[in-house]
Amino acid sequence: MKSAVQTGMPVGEQPGGRFRQLFGTRLAVRRFGTLIALILLILFNLAFTPNFATAQTLSVNLTQVCTIVIVGVGMTLVIATGGIDLSVGSLMAIAGALSPGIFQGTLFPVPDLYTGIALGIVIPIAVAGLFGLFNGWLISSFNIQPIIATLILFIAGRGIAQVWTNGDLQVFKVPEMQAIAIGRVLGVPFQVWIMLAVVVIAAWVLRKTVFGRQILAVGGNAPAARLAGVPSRRVICLVYVVSGVCSGIAGLIVIAMNSAADANLIGMGMELDAIAAVAVGGTLLSGGRATIIGTLLGALIIQLVRYTLLANGVPDPAALVVKAALIILAVWLQRQDRA
Amino acid sequence: MPRLTRTASLGVIIALVLLMLFGAWRYDGFMSSYNILSVLRYNSMFALVALGMCFVIMTGGIDLSVGSVAALSSVVAAYLSPYGVLAGLLAGLAAGGLAGALNGFIITRMKIMPFIATLAVMLAASGTALLLANNQSVSVSYESGFVELGQGDLLSAFRPEWVDAEDAGWTGTLLGFVLGFPTPAWIMLAAYLGGWILLNHTAFGRHVLGVGGGEEASRLMGLPTDRTVFQVYLLSGLLAGLAGVILAAQFGAGQPIEGVGWELFAIASVVVGGTLLTGGNGSVGATLAGTLLLGIIFTILNFENGMGWISLSAYWQSVVRGAFLLVVVLLQSRLARRVQAA
Repeated sequence: MKSAVQTGMPVGEQPGGRFRQLFGTRLAVRRFGTLIALILLILFNLAFTPNFATAQTLSVNLTQVCTIVIVGVGMTLVIATGGIDLSVGSLMAIAGALSPGIFQGTLFPVPDLYTGIALGIVIPIAVAGLFGLFNGWLISSFNIQPIIATLILFIAGRGIAQVWTNGDLQVFKVPEMQAIAIGRVLGVPFQVWIMLAVVVIAAWVLRKTVFGRQILAVGGNAPAARLAGVPSRRVICLVYVVSGVCSGIAGLIVIAMNSAADANLIGMGMELDAIAAVAVGGTLLSGGRATIIGTLLGALIIQLVRYTLLANGVPDPAALVVKAALIILAVWLQRQDRA
Repeated sequence: MPRLTRTASLGVIIALVLLMLFGAWRYDGFMSSYNILSVLRYNSMFALVALGMCFVIMTGGIDLSVGSVAALSSVVAAYLSPYGVLAGLLAGLAAGGLAGALNGFIITRMKIMPFIATLAVMLAASGTALLLANNQSVSVSYESGFVELGQGDLLSAFRPEWVDAEDAGWTGTLLGFVLGFPTPAWIMLAAYLGGWILLNHTAFGRHVLGVGGGEEASRLMGLPTDRTVFQVYLLSGLLAGLAGVILAAQFGAGQPIEGVGWELFAIASVVVGGTLLTGGNGSVGATLAGTLLLGIIFTILNFENGMGWISLSAYWQSVVRGAFLLVVVLLQSRLARRVQAA
């Protein structure tokens, strides 16, 4: 049972119906507990919060949660390997600071608007991915602890973005760029579609691919994984690249939404929001067990709690206290479930 | 002290000395009493936070709440500052101690890992600080003498006028330096001396290193692991509270949103000082050197700008600090391998 949990083996591969049933039941409780909490929150708001059941409310809440979920997906994969990534907010700032100069053609000439936008999206995301690779390289090649390795870019990364822009606000009026955040497809903001795409792809990779199983193997028991032939170093590098890419995407959404890039503020505190969503969603912070859907649900729960408090007249700082209690409660309940 | 820690500690001290020599060589007034005392005053609160973090890390834990706790303590201290220095000081310490105890409880009783527990307390402390402060700074009282804790020089009352005369010579300079030593820096030195004694000359210190070396093994040996861990987070909270008091006194107001990133700066100081995040070893003195090392970078950038040849914005500070941390970490990694091979 323990080794199955650590290696993240699918339930179906367990021998014996009894173990399968028991394990499946626990897994179901763990997984659906988060969903049940979300449903209860929605029901509460339907009953007590005026104007809750409107497209406007849904849209506002979803857009506020998109970047956290996207960053949280990368964070989930990193945490699944037993690591942590503190640099996500800084990488958002770097991507956000870099993009306007590209799609406006001020950094280097671009032949037309759409090519500029395409480059303004691809290049910053690639740069963020490279910084993620830098993190992975430090961790896998030098045996540096993840919290220290990513602390370097946490400290220096935002500085790089600020130096690059001289701390200035970069304002732009390019509706085609803003479309990636606030444009609508089927009435739904485009960033929500981006979020869903990221979640679906990541969930599929984690559950259905060899790479996904390797991630959980590394996080569950790194020495055993290495002995089993799992290419630990490459897996670790790749998850930090993914985290960097997710941060880059989130950074671009933020600037597109605001029509401005402020290197001082993009992604500030995002690493904590992402980690909170991952923790509430049921991923084991010590590695070896992870759920992408859980991160999505975790972020939605946190956002919904905050919205509930605000809508019912509770001051915003109190939401921080409630969020703290929520995190402790979620993690504690998970421990009870495993006891 | 294990060989690894001793070597790394020596490294940070050498680096600090080299940086000071570079500054003295390149900039006029870099080693003046005024500049040294300014650096010490400003970095004292970070040093206090780093000291608490050092103990936490030696047990293999982490404390992300120190910045928020300092902010909360600064607000609480500011509110009670009209009732005197002691009232403000004790109020700040109480707020910090409570937060530290909460961390300790969650980690030892609820068995939640330090990263998550202290992340949650960070949020709770930040929210509480903002609620108490009504989302703005809280002015301290200037009548009660509270601001002396941050802005004063403890022994300035004994400073004779002749030390400032041009013909006072080295005796005057030295005496002026000692009598002008900032109150926060005295507090910092006292805390580090206390920390050094705690670590090296008490059962508590041995327990801290024992827990960090292997918590289950320590428990089996009969060490009071839960109590030790609780006490370590309590200590970290108290030191963050003390830093918050100094913050309020120095700025003249409780700052509910100050403290962002302090925890990571503290971690960087501890790491630069050679303490490994895996726990089980560490050095109090090297942590102080690490804090001052990172603090001096800011000073050097200011002097560099003052020379007028280049115009480095303040933003370069974090880039340089990050680069410095990178170099130190890589060197430590290489050093760790060499020690293991030995």
